[in-house]
Amino acid sequence: MDYFRALVVDDEQEFLETLVNRLGKRSIDTTGVRSGEEALELMKKKLFDVVVLDIRMPGGMDGIEALREMKRIQPLAEVILLTGHASVETSIEGMKLGAFDYLLKPVKLEELLTKMAQAFEKKNTHDQKIRSARIRELMRFPGRVLEEEKDREK
Amino acid sequence: MKTSLYTALQRKIILITLVVSFAPLVLLGGIIYYQFARMYGLKLEEQSLYRAMSQAEAVDLFLKERTAILGAMADTHSYRDLTSEKNLSLLFQVMNLRAGAFVDLGVINNAGQHIGYVGPYDLKGLNYYQQPWFGEVMSKGTYISDVYMGFRQLPHFIIAVRRQEGENSWILRATIDSDAFGAIVRAAQVGRTGDAFIINGEGFYQTRPRFEGTILSPSGLDPSLFGGRATVIEKKDDKGKTVLYAGSWLKNDKWLLVISQDLAEEMTGLFATRNAAIFLILLGITAIVLAAVFTSRLTVGRLKESDDKMNALNAQLMQSDKLAAIGKMATGVAHEINNPLASILQRTGWMQDLLEKEEFRKSENFDEYQTSITKIEEHVERARKVVHNMLGYARKMEPRVEDVDVNATVNQTIDILENFARINNIDIQTDLGQDLPIIAGDQAQLQQVFLNLISNAIDAIGKDGLVVVKSLCSGDEIHVGIADNGPGIPEDLQRKVFDPFFSTKQSGKGTGLGLWISYNIIEKMGGNITLSSKPGAGTTFTVKIPVVIPEKK
Repeated sequence: MDYFRALVVDDEQEFLETLVNRLGKRSIDTTGVRSGEEALELMKKKLFDVVVLDIRMPGGMDGIEALREMKRIQPLAEVILLTGHASVETSIEGMKLGAFDYLLKPVKLEELLTKMAQAFEKKNTHDQKIRSARIRELMRFPGRVLEEEKDREK
Repeated sequence: MKTSLYTALQRKIILITLVVSFAPLVLLGGIIYYQFARMYGLKLEEQSLYRAMSQAEAVDLFLKERTAILGAMADTHSYRDLTSEKNLSLLFQVMNLRAGAFVDLGVINNAGQHIGYVGPYDLKGLNYYQQPWFGEVMSKGTYISDVYMGFRQLPHFIIAVRRQEGENSWILRATIDSDAFGAIVRAAQVGRTGDAFIINGEGFYQTRPRFEGTILSPSGLDPSLFGGRATVIEKKDDKGKTVLYAGSWLKNDKWLLVISQDLAEEMTGLFATRNAAIFLILLGITAIVLAAVFTSRLTVGRLKESDDKMNALNAQLMQSDKLAAIGKMATGVAHEINNPLASILQRTGWMQDLLEKEEFRKSENFDEYQTSITKIEEHVERARKVVHNMLGYARKMEPRVEDVDVNATVNQTIDILENFARINNIDIQTDLGQDLPIIAGDQAQLQQVFLNLISNAIDAIGKDGLVVVKSLCSGDEIHVGIADNGPGIPEDLQRKVFDPFFSTKQSGKGTGLGLWISYNIIEKMGGNITLSSKPGAGTTFTVKIPVVIPEKK
C-alpha cells in the first residue's frame, strides 16, 4: 500500500489511541483527534488523504456538520464515516454530502484498511486527473496558470 | 368479574324496561276495570231499584183496586141486601168476574158477628169482635191486614171496608187469594237466583220467597235498613254470597217489596270482561318481557362485542407501542455497546500486532496469548452480531416495494428449511389458497418473517411432527397461518413472545429477536401477527398482510 496521510476523529480515547497505533504500525501516517472542531482546525493547516469520522459524538460538533466543513476545507480528502448504531438516514445524508462510504462499529481493522485503501485510490485518481488537467492547461496556456497562481497567493 | 358486570347491566335494562312498561299497563288496566266495575254496580243497583219500585207500584195498584171494588160494593148495597145469602153470592160472582183474586166475601155487623158469608170455608157465625183488625176497620173505614193464619189456619190476608148506613155501620170483608197475589209479586223474579217477595214491618214474609222460607217465617232482613221510599242494600248471606236487596215500601209503608239478586251471578258479565282484560294484559306483559330480554341481550351482546374489539385493539396498540419504545431504546443501547466493543477489538488487534514481534514469538505462552486473543475476538464478534441483528432490521426503514407472490415466497422459504426439517423427521405440509392476489411489498422481508416463523415451528416441535402452512385471502387481507403440533406456549408467556430477547431456546442458540423483527416487519406493512396456542396441542401463528395492489408500470 502506498504511503498516505490519514486523520481519525473519534471521541473514544481508547479506540482512537489504539487505532492510531495500529494504523501507524502499517505505515499510514495517522493523526488522531477527539472532536470535530479539532479535526477542522488541523485540516486547515495540514492536508490529509483519508479521514475516518465517527458520526455520533456526544457534545460538540455533530458528525454531519463536521463532514460538511471538511469537504469545504479539503474537497479532495475522502471521508469514511463510522457509526456505532445503524442510523441509515444519517449515513445516507453523509453519502449525499460526499462521504466515501460508511462502516458499522465495531469494525475489523482489515475491513477498515481495505476501505481506506479504496478511498485513497479514489483520491489519488482524482489528484492525478487534476494534475494532468493542470499540466495540459499549463502546456496550452502557461500564462493563465501562472496568473491563477498569483491570484491564489494574493 | 367482567361477565357479571354485563349480567348486571342486562338485568338493569330489563328491570327498567319492565317497570316503565308494566306500571302504566297495570295502572291503566286497573283504573279502567275499577271504573267499569263501579259503573256496572251502579247500573245494577239502579236497575234493581227501578224494578222494585215499579213492582211495588203494581202491587199497590192491585191492593187499591181490590179495596176500591170492595168499597164500591159496600157503598152501593144495603146491609139488608147483603144479609141475603143469594145477593151476597151474586155480588161475589160479579166481583170475581170483574176483578178476580177474591177467595171469599163476608158481611160483619157492628157487633163483630159474621152475618153473611160466601166462600169455601165455614166461617158464618164467627165473632170477630176480639180480633184487632175489627177495631181498626171500625175506626178508620178501610183495612188491609198483614198475612195471618186466622180461623182457617191458612196464611191469607183480608181487605175490609166499613159502611155507615144511617145509625148502623157494618163491614164488608174479603179474603185475597194468596197464590194470585204472590204471582204478581213473583213476576219480578229474574235470573237463576233473583227473588222477589214482600215482608211486613217486622221482617216476616208476606209472600212465599222463591228459595228458602215460608210465608210468615222471619226473612232475616231488617226492614229498618230500608229508609225512604226505595233503597238498595248489599248483604252477605250465611253462605258468604253477596246479595243485593232493593226494597220499595208499599201499602202506606206497611209492607216492603224486596227484590234480591246474587251479585256474583249479575257480575258474571263483568267478570268475563275482567278475565279477558287480565288475559290481554298478561299477554302484553309476556310480550314485553320477551322483548325486554331479547333487546337487552342484543344490546349487551353488541356492547360486549365492541368492548372486546376495543380491548383487542388496545392490547395491539400497547404491544406496538411497547415494541416501538424498545426499538428506540435498543438503538441507544447499541451505540453504547458498539463503542466499547470497537475499543476492545482495537485493543486485541493491537495485542495481535505486538505479538508478531520476534521477542514475543519466543515466549513459552505465545500460543496461549494467541488463543485468548482469538477467543476474545470471537466473543466480540458474537456480541456484535446480536447488536447488528437487532438493528439490522429496524434499520430497514424504507422497505423495497416490488411485486410479491405470497405463495411463491412461502414455497421458497419451505425449500430452504426442508432439509433441516427432514433431518428432524418433521413434515411440512402446505395448503395454499389459489386466489391470492399479487401484492406490493418487500419479498425479502416477507421471506425473513416466514423463515423465522417456520423455523420456530420446527424448533418448537424438536423431533417428529408436522408443520402446516396455510394461506388464504380474506377480504382485503392475506392470512398465512403456520401451525405446529409442538408442546404449545404457556398462556403467561404468550404475551412475551414478541418482546425482543425473549427466547425459550437454550442460551446461545437463539437471539430472541426473530419474532420481534418479524412483528416489526409485518407491522410496517400495515398488518399484524397473532398467535393461538394450546399447551400440549401446538401453536398457530397467523400473519395478516393487507392487500396492496402493485401500481401498473
